[in-house]
Amino acid sequence: MAYSDKVLDHYNNPRNVGSLDKNDPNVGTGMVGAPECGDVMKLQVKVNPETGVIEDAKFKTFGCGSAIASSSLATQWLHGKTVDEALAIKNTDIVNELSLPPVKIHCSVLAEDAIKAAIADYRKKAASGTEVAAEARA
Amino acid sequence: MKLPIYMDNHATTPVDPRVFEAMRPYFTDIFGNAASRNHSFGWQAEEAVEKARKQIADLIGATAKEIVFTSGATESNNLAIKGVAEMYGEKGNHIITAATEHKATLDTCKHLEKNGCRVTYLPVGQDGLIDLNMLREAITDKTILITLMYANNEIGVLQPVAEIGKLAKEKGILFHTDGVQAVGKIPVDVNRDGIHLMSLSGHKIYGPKGVGALYVRRKSPRVQLTAQIDGGGHERGMRSGTLNVPGIVGLGEACELCRKDMPEESVRLRGLRDKLMNKLMAELDAVYINGSMEHRLPHNLNISFAYVEGESLLMGINDVAVSSGSACTSATLEPSYVLKALGAGDDLAHSSIRFGLGRFNTEEEVDYVGDKVVDVVRKLRELSPLYEMAKEGIDLAKVQWAAH
Repeated sequence: MAYSDKVLDHYNNPRNVGSLDKNDPNVGTGMVGAPECGDVMKLQVKVNPETGVIEDAKFKTFGCGSAIASSSLATQWLHGKTVDEALAIKNTDIVNELSLPPVKIHCSVLAEDAIKAAIADYRKKAASGTEVAAEARA
Repeated sequence: MKLPIYMDNHATTPVDPRVFEAMRPYFTDIFGNAASRNHSFGWQAEEAVEKARKQIADLIGATAKEIVFTSGATESNNLAIKGVAEMYGEKGNHIITAATEHKATLDTCKHLEKNGCRVTYLPVGQDGLIDLNMLREAITDKTILITLMYANNEIGVLQPVAEIGKLAKEKGILFHTDGVQAVGKIPVDVNRDGIHLMSLSGHKIYGPKGVGALYVRRKSPRVQLTAQIDGGGHERGMRSGTLNVPGIVGLGEACELCRKDMPEESVRLRGLRDKLMNKLMAELDAVYINGSMEHRLPHNLNISFAYVEGESLLMGINDVAVSSGSACTSATLEPSYVLKALGAGDDLAHSSIRFGLGRFNTEEEVDYVGDKVVDVVRKLRELSPLYEMAKEGIDLAKVQWAAH
């Protein structure tokens, strides 16, 4: 199967590879997939609590070239978006941008799931942080 | 050194130029139908076919009359298994095979199951080998055929063929082996190994595609088959159809070259294979060999690079042609059923690469491939969340994954 130029570009020069401190209250971590299925994506966002804007996004992916490209692209798109804007990213946007063939659509679904999981984790942390602060004030 | 490098010789091999030269006259000059008995065109073609029959027989310790030409090993497997099931249907309806056989065997057995046969699929151990005691226990008074491959096409492991042959003889059961990966690469002798039927193929031994053969034993016992293709009664009635004379000439020549070159070639390829393996294991951690190293073809290496997905690795070594057991590289989107049968876990199947060395690979190529694989595995592990977790001491087997 031939890969699109954009998939090859992300595979050869993946953007935003790495890890953020998962214990940072402003960092949300999403881990989706399973090793026995052949792909696992870890995607992290660091959100500015004042503005709700994603200031940093990192990923690490175990998976095929299209899975690596999908998560690399996702982190690129997340930079500078608000949390709500990030949640509006659809897997089909990734499919179109990377020209993924039908057998690789699940890679884009996984990337969308990773974004949602990372933001859900951030929101959970933020909510419990608010509770802690509220309790401290009481 | 020329790129890309071909190191997928279990899938197919290039035609040896010497084989090609032997075939050349049989396309345009000596084009006769080997079944034409009344003119020199036919006689010449027949003579060439008979020479090839002898060349093949000599490679496997058979006699020329025991060779039946086919279109390839898939057809040979079909003919052997279905032919025995039909011919010996009154004697019994039970066939024994193994989970790691080629699809040409497994799907043929599945077909027969629909027609009232009973098939036992033996499991294999972590080394990829069947258990002879399990085989013995699987035999019933209805068993008519044991079909087990000589060497596995993915992991290159060698089944204990001579022991299987002995057991089959003792129990009065026919023994068919798919010899595609072994014939021409290691010494195979149908008498020493107690083989009754054996499939082989031209394009795995530097011969042409579209031609193969089935060895059918003629003495002690005389094996009979029900033909699967009806027609002019060629090949002693077992396989009708005008003979593919150029292909057969090529197959014969390929067998003769293998017979002559094997002692030297197998030692050379084993040396190259071991060099590649030692390099990968010395420079990378968490690397696992799939299947027995002791009972294995000299030119096969099947290896898993934990925490790295196979297709992404192939993408990184795109100037090297190898195969992966990863689901992403298969038509079915399932990881290799052979590796799954070893019980090592699906994750290692996804991370596997099969190197198949061949006659035309050089030491320079092996060095290049080794360096390249090491580089790409390191790069992909930097990208791998699993490698990061393993380094942090997390037991990946205990993680609750969100399977999809």
